[in-house]
Amino acid sequence: MTTTTHAVAPARSAKPKRSGAAKRENRTGWAFMAPFAILFAIVFVIPIIWAIYSSFFRQVASGGGAYGGGEITNQFVGLMNFQYVVTSSRFWTGVGHVLLYTVIQVPIMIIGALALAMLLDSFIVKRVTVFRLGYFLPYAIPGVVASIIWVFLYNGQISPIVKGLAAIGIHVDFFNNSILIGSMSNITTWTFTGYNMLIFMAALQAIPHDLYEAARIDGANGFQVAMRIKLPNVRGAALLAMLLSIVGTIQLFNEPQVMATADPGIPKYFTPMMMALNTSQNTLTPGGDGPASAVAIMMALIAGVLAALYALAEKKVNE
Amino acid sequence: MTAVSAETKAQIRARKKADKIRDRHANDLPRSMQPSAPVKVLTIVVLVLALIYFLFPIYWALIASTKTPHQMTASNGVWFAVGLQDLPAAIARNYNVLIDYTKGMFWRWVLNSIIYSGVSAVIGTLVSVMAGYATAKFKFRGKGVVIGIIMASMLMPAALMTIPQYSIFHMLGISDTMISIIIPCCVSPFGFFLGRVYAQSSVPDELLEAARIDGASEARIFFTIVLRLLAPAMVTIFLFLFVATWNNFLLPLMMLSKTSLQPVTLGLYGMVSLATFNERGALMMGALLGVLPVIILFLCLQRFWQAGLAAGAVKG
Repeated sequence: MTTTTHAVAPARSAKPKRSGAAKRENRTGWAFMAPFAILFAIVFVIPIIWAIYSSFFRQVASGGGAYGGGEITNQFVGLMNFQYVVTSSRFWTGVGHVLLYTVIQVPIMIIGALALAMLLDSFIVKRVTVFRLGYFLPYAIPGVVASIIWVFLYNGQISPIVKGLAAIGIHVDFFNNSILIGSMSNITTWTFTGYNMLIFMAALQAIPHDLYEAARIDGANGFQVAMRIKLPNVRGAALLAMLLSIVGTIQLFNEPQVMATADPGIPKYFTPMMMALNTSQNTLTPGGDGPASAVAIMMALIAGVLAALYALAEKKVNE
Repeated sequence: MTAVSAETKAQIRARKKADKIRDRHANDLPRSMQPSAPVKVLTIVVLVLALIYFLFPIYWALIASTKTPHQMTASNGVWFAVGLQDLPAAIARNYNVLIDYTKGMFWRWVLNSIIYSGVSAVIGTLVSVMAGYATAKFKFRGKGVVIGIIMASMLMPAALMTIPQYSIFHMLGISDTMISIIIPCCVSPFGFFLGRVYAQSSVPDELLEAARIDGASEARIFFTIVLRLLAPAMVTIFLFLFVATWNNFLLPLMMLSKTSLQPVTLGLYGMVSLATFNERGALMMGALLGVLPVIILFLCLQRFWQAGLAAGAVKG
């Protein structure tokens, strides 16, 4: 037993003293890993370190008069940028918008996608391809373009939806502050429901068919099969989709940014991502890299806490 | 003799027919699980309503792309403002407005989008598959840490990275270049994950061993054998990266200031954000022409991305 293992895979048994084969394997492994690792370092690791470092500095103009003209210097300010973010009502209003948005949008989208996937998987309809492609088509449309189209469809002067509703006595203003978040959620839901539905359909098709057979012999009807067999079997996929959607909505940016072109009432700090961008471009004060990095880091921390809370809650439900 | 063969022919035909009928009903539910007629009708109604919800905005954009600003407000929103015989002229009018409004840049923007998405998807796919293969088939020092960090970064809100990325690229003097878009778009933790899952499941160890015994170098094994086995995964990762780059808006918004470098999404956004803008029909035409390449790509590679999504869903 030991001799055969040794002959076939010397790398595995020669752990304490690394043999030539193990060294070679180590080198080959890293050679294949290196291109991704280098790019990953440039795109993720270094920027994170840079963001943390620069969040302790502020860019101050020194020398020049009231109209600038002086040199911009980096000044170490300790935790002042974080203090600014934590005490900023703009930041917390933005966080509130994003949380409200997540609470409304993610469940609607996931439940909708799951429902559509189960209906298409129920064999009630024969030609599912048309539906599947139709639901998925919006995913191919970039978020900005989808937002532009929907902003027009929310516009009372040109939208057949607003005009149609008005004709039957319902007057809606999709830009009204009380439903603005709902209007944005709709754009995201429209774009991503089909994508999530396809993931759920794939998970449904992976369920072994003898489970259905067994259920049938036990006398289960179609609805019972859906609730007792299909739903538990796609839970894993649903929870993962939920987690990724929460992470996605934290970065809410495209929809409010485009809606702001039609509604000047949407401020530059409507979501933390908009606040970070406008801070870094100096269109909000205090501006510059330092405060912008502090906003981004705080947001990443909040996202991490939310993801952890969600994972914890999921574990608790599982027990 | 002939009678027998004739009989068999008839039998074969009968069997074929039976098979056909069985195939057609293979997915039918057993009678005990058949839904009642009202349930059936309700399901179809729900599915059709959902289809209208998802397709109506696209249909409306199509109609709107033929309208002048006046027709946009004055005419019926769900149908063309002019008769079908005048449609080509209306389309030509808006097309010219679109080209004028973008100062002839429109197709340049589409080309930019194709370059950004194409180049970063090709590079990103190759490095993802290589890294996935490395972690699936080799032991190397620090492997566990590397996998852990990359998987954790899947939960990182990637848009937040754009701000420090911009600062760094700006310092290096490469912001406002094509490189500044392509490098960040090459890296996808999800691509790595998919490459790893596929390499684990569809590259047999025996095959690698056999190739090594035959004296093939590791590079040769990878490029001639492994890449071929991983082709379906590569198409999926390619499409995923292509669409993600095409849809990225924040990154070009921060990095680029030259209009000649803009991708089509940023260009269209620039049009709507102009205060004087009112040619919505022409803009809708630009929006539709601008997504055409992605839709064509999706339809052509349908088989692959559906299989890829399945792998992601099941393993995930």
